[in-house]
Amino acid sequence: MALGDRLRGGLSRTREVLTMPLEDLVRGRRPLDAAALESVEEALLAADMGLPAVEEALEVLAARSGEIASGGLPAMQAVLGDQIRSALERPDRVEPFSERPWVVFVVGVNGSGKTTTIGKLAAKWRDGGRSVLVCAADTFRAAAAEQLEVWADRAGAEFHRGAEGADPSAVLTDALRAARARGHDAVLVDTAGRLHTRTNLMAELAKMTRVADREIPGAPHETLLVLDATVGSNGLNQGREFAKAGGVNGLVLTKLDGTARGGVAVAVVRELGVPIRYVGVGEDVEDLLPFDAGAFARSLVGGE
Amino acid sequence: MFETLSERLQAVFRSLRGQGLLSEAQVEAAFREVRLALLEADVHFRVVKQLLERVRARASGQEILKSLNPDQAVLRVVRDEMVELLGGDDVPGIQTASRPPSVVLLAGLQGSGKTTTAAKLGRWLADRGSHPLLVSTDVQRPAAREQLRTIGTRAGLKVHHPDESDAPAILRSALAEAGAVGHDVVLVDTAGRLHIDDALMEELAGLRDAAEPSEVLYVADALTGQDAVRSAEEFHRRIGITGIVLTKLDGDSRGGAALSAAAVTGRPVKFAGLGETIEALEPFEPARMVSRILGLGDVLGLIARAEETVEKEQAEELVRKIRRSEFSLEDYRDQMRQLRKLGPLDQVLSMMPGMGSLKGVDVERGEEELRRSIAIIDSMTVKERLEPSVINGSRRKRIARGSGNTVQDVNRLLRQFAQTRKLMKGLGAGPKAMKRLAARMPQLR
Ligand SMILES: Nc1nc2c(ncn2[C@@H]2O[C@H](COP(=O)(O)OP(=O)(O)OP(=O)(O)O)[C@@H](O)[C@H]2O)c(=O)[nH]1
Ligand SMILES: Nc1nc2c(ncn2[C@@H]2O[C@H](COP(=O)(O)OP(=O)(O)OP(=O)(O)O)[C@@H](O)[C@H]2O)c(=O)[nH]1
Ligand SMILES: [Mg+2]
Ligand SMILES: [Mg+2]
Repeated sequence: MALGDRLRGGLSRTREVLTMPLEDLVRGRRPLDAAALESVEEALLAADMGLPAVEEALEVLAARSGEIASGGLPAMQAVLGDQIRSALERPDRVEPFSERPWVVFVVGVNGSGKTTTIGKLAAKWRDGGRSVLVCAADTFRAAAAEQLEVWADRAGAEFHRGAEGADPSAVLTDALRAARARGHDAVLVDTAGRLHTRTNLMAELAKMTRVADREIPGAPHETLLVLDATVGSNGLNQGREFAKAGGVNGLVLTKLDGTARGGVAVAVVRELGVPIRYVGVGEDVEDLLPFDAGAFARSLVGGE
Repeated sequence: MFETLSERLQAVFRSLRGQGLLSEAQVEAAFREVRLALLEADVHFRVVKQLLERVRARASGQEILKSLNPDQAVLRVVRDEMVELLGGDDVPGIQTASRPPSVVLLAGLQGSGKTTTAAKLGRWLADRGSHPLLVSTDVQRPAAREQLRTIGTRAGLKVHHPDESDAPAILRSALAEAGAVGHDVVLVDTAGRLHIDDALMEELAGLRDAAEPSEVLYVADALTGQDAVRSAEEFHRRIGITGIVLTKLDGDSRGGAALSAAAVTGRPVKFAGLGETIEALEPFEPARMVSRILGLGDVLGLIARAEETVEKEQAEELVRKIRRSEFSLEDYRDQMRQLRKLGPLDQVLSMMPGMGSLKGVDVERGEEELRRSIAIIDSMTVKERLEPSVINGSRRKRIARGSGNTVQDVNRLLRQFAQTRKLMKGLGAGPKAMKRLAARMPQLR
């Protein structure tokens, strides 16, 4: 609440400053006065950063205004970029393949890119010499399993599905047993898209987590929340609710090949304390990259 | 949580009242509050600026200052402008061609909901006497055509699925089929694409030229942030959209993207997607959307949600009990469970007008309190729940221990229960009692 109060204070201070991009703001080498800072606030908001992250960035800028005022735009970008990068650098708390099979849940709202991400990840791991089983636990959406099957073929992974409309937990149980019996290195579990406000569907996810743990103690070892880079402030609600339901320990940011910058991911990382593991940059099998905090931070603030 | 916009505006004008005079500066301060509310709702900052310019032009400071309720005056102008941007009194439905079949082309970014919307729209039109033909030209995404065929067929719609492997050929085949069979509408689903993907946007323009659609619907995701402006603008520039469909409005996003997309394209939002099922499509209601974006309380949304969540018989049973003054701790617990099922508290609260005026609502604490209260009641025996008067000192201690709380917590719960019971009798027992009660849970005050 304290932060909220400070934010509210900060926002109500807002003066009659035209909203302008960061670059315009400092081009004229104006000193960093209060008005300028507030205008930066607007610019960062426009990048979907979310209020708390913006607030912190501004505090850092204000504290170092001396050096920024003399260094112009590059200095400002460097300071902000640094600040965002360090907020995003989180140690990986998981070590893939330290358990066998390594079980990964992929979760998120509708259409964020879960199935595609699984296809890409399966291919990556197959290329690394791992044997992978992908499980179609989305038994709800039409042709979801067919879509995943195409990806499994592309990746050279084993594919497991149940009947359409089957209980996802039952499909999951079968898949985990099969993976164990056949000695697979990893199981990637595709879940149905769900809005985080659907309490019963979130409960279903929590149940799947319990079922996995019952079959393979410690599973799922990873729960990746897939966020669409175009998402606005709602991304933070998504992060919170999915974390509550399923112990999210990593994020995937998809569709970064578009023009959206995915700034809300900064707020999600801060809130959940989990790293962004991968980014999606296209619809092809190779379009999944490890997350690079520095590059991402630079893309949010501009500059090189 | 932020206070509601109405409250912020009230505060702006109240601070001046004391001095007897309202000033232009105060009006400006009110506009700034509006601006922040819009930004929080993800409306693009450029759109916010334009909107406020229009509001300024329309409502001179004097006009607002002269009004009895300046905060309401500001809100009214802002609202009117927003409703107009979103499509105003645009007649819902689909424009038809002078010669059938009318073609409706659906386009948009990846995963926005085109395929689902195509099927929903097919159902919607069929329910109104049309004979639509559905076709997917998405040869890009794995199993995309299969997806439309499954949803469409399941809904009793005709889905054209020719043995062709490129989009223009599929489209031609569908148009021929529609002509031959006598379908009056052809709904064309397209592959998701990025607005900056030149080749795919070119392909889309080609499809549009071949289809000569009477409607080109841009399908946009209500969860979108600032990017909504760029993508909608670009789709409009490349293929000339005629309207917007906003999907995933069943979530808790404020949906500022609607305003962004409508503002930069000048096209109305025609339909709202409210779920994954075939019937979850409604003609868009600008006024309702404006309330949602501004955080003025989406009462309709809340009621829909309550109806979905609260089992009907349970509600009726409760009403009976209230009437007979048998409301017990068990019912009280059910109540709290229902309230939690409605969704995270802050969402529920944000949808209730007037809730914002309950100063000092601490959502985190409210949630915590609900959990605690439920745990306390869980630790009681059935007899205690039905007859709270038997709960003496030693029982209180046991209950506190059992639920991991203090005796003070138990006492407070019992006090709140007694208050609620009294309140409920006052509320009467109309069919809406349940919902009204939810709005008055002591935990939220
Ligand atoms: N441009 C781009 N498109 C992507 C990316 N990742 C996924 N997509 C596309 O986004 C759309 C949705 O992807 P899916 O993988 O089906 O999403 P999902 O989360 O599984 O969807 P549901 O299961 O329906 O909730 C598809 O058209 C994908 O090709 C990405 O990184 N970049
Ligand atoms: N909750 C909710 N989900 C929706 C809505 N509309 C579509 N969806 C879901 O969003 C996901 C993507 O929908 P699709 O219809 O496949 O989206 P698309 O635009 O055709 O995707 P691509 O063809 O990959 O570009 C699916 O999981 C749908 O069930 C809606 O209004 N509400
Ligand atoms: Mg999927
Ligand atoms: Mg589709």
